[in-house]
Parts: sequence; C-alpha cells; structure tokens
Amino acid sequence: MALEILSAGPMTTIQDLGRQGYAGRGYRRCGACDKYAMRLANLLAWNLSGEDNSSVVEFTLSGGRIRFTEGALIALTGADMCPKLDGSPISMYRTVQVHPGQVLELGIVRSGLRSYLAVSGGLDVPNMMGSSSTDTICRIGGLDGGALKAGDWLELGRESWLWGDRTRAEQVFTHLQEKNAEFLLTEDLFWIRTASFRYRSMGQELLPVLRTVAGPQEDAFTAEAMEVLRRSVYRVSADSNRMACRLDGPGLEAEHGYDIISDGIVEGSVQVSANGQPIVMLADHQTTGGYAKIGTVISADIPAIAQRRPGEHIGFLFITPEEANEAYRLEEKKLSWFRWKLLEHLKKYAPPEAADLFSRLDCGEEIQL
Amino acid sequence: MDMRFQKSSDQMSREYKIKPVGDQAIQVIFEQKIDEKINEKVMALRDRLSSDAGAFSHVPKGAVLETIPAYASLLIYYNPMMTDYGSVKEWLELLLTESGKGKQSTGRLIEIPVCYGGRYGEDLKFVASHAGMTEEEVIRIHSGRDYRIYMLGFLPGFPYLGGMDERIFTPRLQSPRTRIPAGSVGIGGEQTGIYPVESPGGWQLIGRTPVKLFNPQNNGELPYEAGDRIRFIPIGEKEFGQLSRKQ
Repeated sequence: MALEILSAGPMTTIQDLGRQGYAGRGYRRCGACDKYAMRLANLLAWNLSGEDNSSVVEFTLSGGRIRFTEGALIALTGADMCPKLDGSPISMYRTVQVHPGQVLELGIVRSGLRSYLAVSGGLDVPNMMGSSSTDTICRIGGLDGGALKAGDWLELGRESWLWGDRTRAEQVFTHLQEKNAEFLLTEDLFWIRTASFRYRSMGQELLPVLRTVAGPQEDAFTAEAMEVLRRSVYRVSADSNRMACRLDGPGLEAEHGYDIISDGIVEGSVQVSANGQPIVMLADHQTTGGYAKIGTVISADIPAIAQRRPGEHIGFLFITPEEANEAYRLEEKKLSWFRWKLLEHLKKYAPPEAADLFSRLDCGEEIQL
Repeated sequence: MDMRFQKSSDQMSREYKIKPVGDQAIQVIFEQKIDEKINEKVMALRDRLSSDAGAFSHVPKGAVLETIPAYASLLIYYNPMMTDYGSVKEWLELLLTESGKGKQSTGRLIEIPVCYGGRYGEDLKFVASHAGMTEEEVIRIHSGRDYRIYMLGFLPGFPYLGGMDERIFTPRLQSPRTRIPAGSVGIGGEQTGIYPVESPGGWQLIGRTPVKLFNPQNNGELPYEAGDRIRFIPIGEKEFGQLSRKQ
C-alpha cells in the first residue's frame, strides 16, 4: 500500500485518457476532463513512455489529503489548489519528490476547476477495457467504479518501463538536485503549461474562445443562430459536471425544433436542447443523443472549458475541419517536443550509472515547433 | 445552407450527407427516418469500414479508430496524426458509391430468455389491462416477433429496438423508478428494450432476463450488436433461477 486517501474533495476520481473503442456498444469514454493537463502531469512525473496514459488522480473544486507510505516523484498540474507537502507549499508544474510518511494536501481551487496528480510509475489500478478511468455512472474502472473517499488506498504502479525499479527515478532526481540541475518550467517555457486556446477580454475577465467546427446538424439552425453563437458570451451554469458543461446565454434558434433522430456524440459536441441553450459534452458524455448539435469544440480547446467554473464565461469561434485537424497535430507536437526537451535534460545531467535507463527508450529527434 | 445531398448513378438511391464532427470524427448522415432499409445501409458501411481500411494510401490501416452506428447515421473516429478530414471524406464517398460490392450486413438473430410478469415484471398486469387483454396475450404478442437493434446507446448495451406491436403500446410511468434491476425488459410508449445495467427509469417493466448483458470483466462483450435482431423467449421462474446460476 502506498497512498492513503485521508480526505477527498467532492469529485476525486482516477482517470487516464479514457476507454476507447467501445462507444458503438454504448460505453462512455470517460478519462481526464482536461487531458492536456493530465498528460503534462504524467510527463513531469517522469512517465516518459510517450503514451502519457498512466493513471492520475483528478480533483474537482477542492482536493484533499493523501499520505504516502512509499517515496515517489509526483507532479501537479491544472487548477491551482495551493498544494502543500507536510504543511509547506510546493510548486505546481514541477517534479516533486515525496518521502515515505509525507502528507500531500490540496485545498480549495484558486483558479480553474480541475487538478491532476501524477505519480512516477503511475497508479496500480485494474485495467478495465483498456483503461483505468472511473465511470461513476456505469460503476466501472477506478476503485470499484466510484469516486475516491477517505480510507481508500492506492498502490503505486509496479511497472515503469523507463525506470524498471522506481527508486532509480528518485536516485536520478536526487542527483539532479545535488548538481543544481533540476528541470524547471522557467519563464521561457510557461507557454507549455496550458493548451493552445485563444482568449478574448471582457472587462476584468480573460475568457477562452473555443474553436468550433460547425456541424453535424448546423443546418437545423437558423443562419442567425450561427452568428449568435459566434458573437455571444456564455456563462457556465452551476448544473455542469463531468458529463457536460451547461451554458447560459443568448438562445440559439432551430428551424424545426431541436429533436433529431438519435445519433453519435463526441467529447466537445455542442448540443442544443429545447430551451435553446448550448451544452458542451465533456469526458463522461453519453455515446448517443437526440438533440441537434450545432458544432463541435475541438479537442485542443476542451481543456479551456473543462477548467471553467460555474459563473465564468466562454465564447465560440468557427474554424474549418482542416484547421481543426492542424490544431490537433500542433497540440500533439507541443507535448512531443516537451517530452523530448525533458529527456534531453535528464540525459545531460543524469549520473553515468543511469545511462542504461535512457538507452532503453526512444528519445526521438529534436522536434521543430 | 450547406445542405449537400449526393446521389450516385446506381439504381439504389443512396442519399447521404457527410459532415465534420470536430477535429477527429466525421459523420455520414443518411435520410433521416427510422427505417430498417436505412439502418441496414448504416451497418453495411460500418462493416465495410472495418474490412476495407488501408485500401487507399491516404487513409492508412489503423487510421479509423472506432464507429458509432445509429438509426440513420454512422459516426467515425479517425486519427488526425495519420489522415485528415478531406481524405476520410473522399474515402467514404468512394465506399458509398460502390454499391452492391462487399457483403451486406444481415445481422444475427439473438434469443433472449425472459421471465415475464410476477416479481420480475411488476407492470405486466397494468400493460395487460391498458391493452384490454390478458397477461398471456401480452406475452404472446411481445415475444411473437423479432426486434431489430437499430443502435446501442444511453447505457452500455442498451438496445434501441424497433417494431413493437401497437396493441401493447403503453405510456411510461407517471413517476420514474429510482432503481430498475439489470436485465429488466420494459415498454416505454411505442418502444421496448432491456436495461443492461441497474439504472433509474420510467418504463413499464414486463419481465426480466437472467442473461448478464453488461459484463465489463469480459472486455465489454455483449451477446448482440447493432444490426442484429432480438427474439424474446418466455421462460418460467425455475428456468430463470437455473440460468442465473449458470453464469
């Protein structure tokens, strides 16, 4: 046993990139709501296989307290919940060493909504249909399909392809610290912290403008509705959860009602129901639905809406499917580049006895951004 | 508005639209009707996609990740690192134009044993009185025909079935139950279906199957898929018990 949950916030779940390949049978994908932050957490916890799919803990609105009975390298990304280790503040977006017996504490969110905790070697959670993601609606994945609660125990991942034995990661980390060569997200690397969405300013608030591809049922709406969506600002409703982000704002008018013959839904689908208000589907969305979808928010901009709290605002802008494909590739490239950058750093400063660790993995070539 | 219907030259009318669904999916939308013939086209395309991937260099094998068949549309997830919207669209147009080639999706007939009435189907009595017939007649009518699975959705393995006899149409419950046991067979208005997992719901419960439909331990395998037909086989309580224990 390695991690003891001493207390947990309202929606604390184990997630990875989700359960893919089962949507045709009605299984939800689930997975982290902000997959960019989740993947970055994995990289910063030195889970460097390139798949970024190790299980993490997703915290919503507030964190909790976790006692480590084993040492590990960890990283926290996403919303800032003022993390502390044994009472002392620790940095977000940084590799942190936790010693056996230490307690990690996350408070109430200061900005954003969801925080991610990654641990070197991942978490040892049963793999169900290719994923450890918790589906609290169907009660599968995670720990018995439920959210984490006080008294739960988590095992550290025993299989870490890079490090073999996880303690070697800690040895390399200690060496780097002694040499004053820790890998840091310095100011010139700040841009890597967030997904590449755009902002628009509204008074004091910088609101994300979500890049959206029109369709598949954009022709069910009036031409004016498309214009309204593009020009308006929408407020995140308190009714939002991991399934969907409900929005309040100017209504979107459909020509002949909002009901359609049920069809497939993806993460990012902007569904409009009878009241004319848009709903953006998030990780736990149903696989099918019977409301018209005016557009689809691209995956690169899902993190932006997944981090918005009730009362905050967002906007929309339309892009072409080709631009959407390009945005996807750019986001992948960004994370690949970061992995390469981190590996180069580790190779350069790791002790000679750790050289074998790096010979085992494909570090790739320098990626031009 | 961009309402582009395409028609190929062959005899079979093949009206459809292709629409983007964000940055990694695309949808083929057929004529918007709940109709067996249209649903067959959906399944035929689904089957061709799984067998033909890689036939064209610009949509390499592995680029199509998964599909969601629905009543009259097919949603296709692709990998934007391997292909793009334009290439997948072109490929789909080609597949849709080549009619008749490749095997049509015929679907299998899946028998689902159901113990009707009593403690397994508390609302059978109501359904019978609403229809003005005996419970036995409702059972005979409900199990007397095969139902096409038009799609799976809402819950894992929840089949959207078509073609129930209108004599047993029954309105939903005034107030939904908070807990419907897994395997429950119900009637909701003009529809009939099975609840694969325990969930809240407002359908009239007429019976229950002992078959465990939802089994994530078994890699999510289901006894059926979209495009198959279901036949309900009435069984007694004793048989229900035996079948439950066998699993």
